[in-house]
This record gives sequence, structure tokens and C-alpha cells, in this order.
Amino acid sequence: MIRFLLPLVAFIVLVSFLLVGLNLNPRKIPSPLIGKPAPTFQLQQLHDSEKTLTSKDNLGKVWLLNVWASWCASCREEHPLLVQLAKSGVVPIYGLNYKDKRDLALQWLDQFGDPYTLSIVDSDGRVGIDYGVYGVPETYVIDKNGVIQYKQIGPVTVDVLEETILPLVRDLQG
Amino acid sequence: MNLKLSFFALLLCTLIEPSLGWTKEAVPVAENPEIEKRMIALSEDLRCLVCQNESLAGSRSDFAKDIRREIREQLMANKSNKEITDFLVARYGDFVLYRPPLRANTMLLWFGPFIFLLIGAGVLIIYLRKRRKQLNEISLSEKQLEKAEEILKKSNNGENT
Repeated sequence: MIRFLLPLVAFIVLVSFLLVGLNLNPRKIPSPLIGKPAPTFQLQQLHDSEKTLTSKDNLGKVWLLNVWASWCASCREEHPLLVQLAKSGVVPIYGLNYKDKRDLALQWLDQFGDPYTLSIVDSDGRVGIDYGVYGVPETYVIDKNGVIQYKQIGPVTVDVLEETILPLVRDLQG
Repeated sequence: MNLKLSFFALLLCTLIEPSLGWTKEAVPVAENPEIEKRMIALSEDLRCLVCQNESLAGSRSDFAKDIRREIREQLMANKSNKEITDFLVARYGDFVLYRPPLRANTMLLWFGPFIFLLIGAGVLIIYLRKRRKQLNEISLSEKQLEKAEEILKKSNNGENT
């Protein structure tokens, strides 16, 4: 009996491991930055290159940093949701325009709507490296003390927004 | 013959060429060959997060290009290899490393194969012992031995005639 049972059990264990493996998303790599202070930056603003924004300017409030680009197809996917979120005024969204051209970025915002309190320009992707960006769009939730509390890799969906981001934001806002 | 040879040469070229080509393709114009060499050596052990089965040295994605630029600049600023990998791990996590560090949660990864080896060896030893026992248990009686000899003799005689 054991002769047949043992291989069967081994097979079932193997299959269950494979099943779990199939359902894991290899793109979701836990960011080591969660719970750490958001990397500092000082970047030009998209709409007014004379002005800059530094990471310290947002201390004291909970805010979202959304990494986007006009060349990024999935950014278009999440964009209506961001516009809606901006209209609700729950939390300010700052855009990090990642490796983009200024005129194309502005044109893109004209066309699809601008949900951002401000967009800043990271044309060569250096600040992106500091934030561990590797797949645009990415969205960070940053708390009042400037600590990264959550990172969404890939487009923000309704589920993620309602089940994870918004509760977290409300919690952080106190 | 010549045709065959040239065919094999061609086949060999197509097999070898891509594997030689990939390191060269990804290298942008090098200003400092020494730095470039170190950069490639370092980035061969690092994973490109966009195209996860490629190294940072081999990938042509924009992401890999940016990281290579970063590594190059840090090397020029006299940073050590360890400082640079630490810099990348701080941003992208252990996942960028093709050689995972030995930690509590990577123990199974490092020692798992040896555990399987031990299990395999154990099973083999048990099996061999069992088999030896079984072989020892099979002993022939006098009568059977006589019969066996008879049969052997018969077949030998048959061969001779």
C-alpha cells in the first residue's frame, strides 16, 4: 500500500507547490524601501521648469507619488482612476514624469486630464533608480514623516485603490 | 566532403555566434575599457528586473542601460563592487542578486538540494541493504545444486557436438 501511497503523496505535494508558483506574480518584487524614508530629490516642475519641488516640501501630509510617462501604455489604463481620485480630493497625487519629453508629457496631460497637484520631471531616470522604479506606472504612498508605506507596481486598479491604498491613506491621515 | 565541412562550419557559427554576441551588443561606447570591464563583470551577476531572466550585462532594456550607466558612474567615483551592489540591493532588494545571500529565509534555497541528496542516499542505502539480505536468503539445496550442474553439463555437451 505504502509503495503506491508514497509516490502519490509526493506527487500531490509537488503539484500544490507548482500551483502556488503559477499564481505568484513574478513582477511583484517586495520593495526594500517600504518603511524607509522616501529618497530625497529636488526636481524641476513639469509645467514650470523655473520652479522645483523637493521631497521635503511634502512633509506633514500624506501624499501619493505616481510614476508615469507618456510612452507608458499601462499609465493610460490607470489614468481615469487617478483623475477620479484627484477630483475626490482625498489625497494629493504628485506625478513623477519618468524619462519622458516635456512637450509629449504636457500634450498627454492635455489629452487625458491632469490628476496631479504637481508633476516633476525625472528626464534621465536617476530619481527613478533611487526609488527602485523598474516598471512604470508605480505608485508610492508616503506618510506625514516622509516614510514610504506602500508601493504599487503596475497600474492602480479599483480593487487596489479601494482595498489597500484608500484605507491606508485614511489610516495615515489619522 | 568539403560541402559537408562548410555546412558544419556554418552550423557552428550560428550556434556560437549569439552567445558571443550578447556581451558585445549591450556594451555602449566605452570611454574607459578598464571601468567597462569591471562594470560588465559586476552586472553579469545582477538581475535585470524588467526582463527577469537576463542579467544587467546582457539586457538591452532601458532599465538595464540606466543601471549600467549608474554602475559605470559609481565605478568612476572609485566605489567598490560591494558598495555598488549594496546601493542596488537597498533600492531593488535581494532580487537583483543572482547569488542570493545566506539568510534565515534563504536557508532552504541553499541547503535544500543537499537535504534531497541525503534523502536520496538514505533511500539508496536502505534499498541496497534490503537487496543484499534478499540475495543471501536465496540458498540452494544440495539437490538443486546437483540439478544445476547437470543442466550446465548438458548444455556444454550440446555445444561441443
